[in-house]
Amino acid sequence: MTLRARLCAVMQALEVSHLTKVYPNGKRALDDVSFAVPEGSFFALLGPNGAGKTTLISILADVVRPTKGAVRFLGRDLFRERAWCKKRLGVVPQEIAFDPFFTPRDVLRITSGLYGVKPDERWIEELLQRLELAAHADKNTRMLSGGMRRRLLVAQALVHRPRVVVLDEPTAGVDVELRRRLWDFMREINRAGTTILLTTHYLEEAEELCDHVAILREGRLVAAEPMETLMRKLAAAFLWLRPEGEVRDAQLADARLARFRPRRVQGGICLALARDERGRLNVHEAYQAAVAVFGPPVEMEVRREDLEDVFLRLTNRGGRTS
Amino acid sequence: MTNPYGCWTLFVREVRRFLNVKVQTIIAPALTALLYLVVFHYAMGARPRAQLPVDYFTFLAPGLAMMTLLQNAFANSSSSMITGKVMGVHVYLLMAPLSAAEVVLAFVAAAVVRGLVCAGAFLLALVPFVHFAWPHPWLALSYAVLGGAIMGALGLIAGIWARRFDDVALVTNFVVMPLTFLAGVFYSVQSLPPLWRSLHLANPFFHLVDGFRFAVLGVADADPWWGLAPLAAAALLLFVLAWRLWAAGWKLKA
Repeated sequence: MTLRARLCAVMQALEVSHLTKVYPNGKRALDDVSFAVPEGSFFALLGPNGAGKTTLISILADVVRPTKGAVRFLGRDLFRERAWCKKRLGVVPQEIAFDPFFTPRDVLRITSGLYGVKPDERWIEELLQRLELAAHADKNTRMLSGGMRRRLLVAQALVHRPRVVVLDEPTAGVDVELRRRLWDFMREINRAGTTILLTTHYLEEAEELCDHVAILREGRLVAAEPMETLMRKLAAAFLWLRPEGEVRDAQLADARLARFRPRRVQGGICLALARDERGRLNVHEAYQAAVAVFGPPVEMEVRREDLEDVFLRLTNRGGRTS
Repeated sequence: MTNPYGCWTLFVREVRRFLNVKVQTIIAPALTALLYLVVFHYAMGARPRAQLPVDYFTFLAPGLAMMTLLQNAFANSSSSMITGKVMGVHVYLLMAPLSAAEVVLAFVAAAVVRGLVCAGAFLLALVPFVHFAWPHPWLALSYAVLGGAIMGALGLIAGIWARRFDDVALVTNFVVMPLTFLAGVFYSVQSLPPLWRSLHLANPFFHLVDGFRFAVLGVADADPWWGLAPLAAAALLLFVLAWRLWAAGWKLKA
């Protein structure tokens, strides 16, 4: 590959092409999955249990061998230039496991060394502080709680300052307050230029943090887009309003409201909104039609489906009522 | 070598692992060897041993030192690998930018150090009681390093192959223990019938014990110089095998 081609390709942190994994028992964990993770992005990889997320991450981490397909990592062939790629990749695995002989500080020093980096004590101290492990830095890892161990996994993945960090369920078992601080830290890391690929079951967090998303279902990719595009395309929007008087069936059947598919929701009515070719919602038209039929409302709100609704629909798990 | 500092770190980690539990990994094996020495010496003390050019106590000591070295080198790499696999921490080695050769080198070198430390502790405890001539100190070191390397690589292979602690115990109890006990540690092969003598000559551990004894005492049952080359070849072969297995991810990657 020429330098120019490599510079162009490096715009993607990861390019997964036709990745397939069939386990010896015949289970097809990944089936022809292709998507790209832009460099510098905060990327959510979502899917229900058994969708293939962990298999995909394990292939990136060199813990599982792919059956077919290719992955380019920062412009290089991941499977042919493993050592180069591994030095620039940090992975937080889903399973928590630590050597019982060492303390968190030892774990970070050893991990740094294994990646060929002499331990940077200031960075190790900062990681311990930011991940709220400083008070436990010299205890044996067996003495740490589940949440502390998971934060140590995050510190371990960051200690060699990778350019791409993969987080497989990093906040499972971490309480709300610590989770929020962990995400603040990850945002900072991301703003400093590190690409983050995240799997999580906390979809509201994924929606808040991530600028790109891919969704897997039974080993197949069902969506891979910038978060904004996906939500604009797939998240339905509604105008909910509460008229002054009681809503009668005849009003709901009024022809002026027909295209908004009105229905009773939470003591008011809900009108389905649509977007024009420029992506703008027809809120104004819906409002005018509602005022013409019911009179001025006493309460009103525009509601949009969230990532969880879209996720549930894409993964065939039904949706929630707005 | 693409990541020498990573290889060094792994070596230090493996050494620190056994130093962290030194009562179990150094003191206990050295004490066991001392007990063997005392028990065999007093149990067999009354018997005439015309074939032995040195007294039985002195004869036993280098063989026991080598036996301790071999068993502990094997235990170091095999237990580290199977513990890592059972606990799931071996994935951190798979994820790290270490080549297979670097991983094997670090494990084998740490196993050699464990073997040397255990055998050294045992011999050190004997200083007030026995005088060793050490006519060939470099040969002693060569045999010790070769023995540690062979068993370190073998232990690593056993650890990679094993799925449970029981599998490693199987290799320890049915391969390592019989071969080390039947390696002329407690007797001279000159006292055995011809068939048994030939079988002993085919046991590589016999050459390790006999060669080390020659280097420490100057007495041997077989040609100690001849034993070096095949042992070095065996160490190399096992190193390459462990390297290929790690590189292929055999029993390590799904």
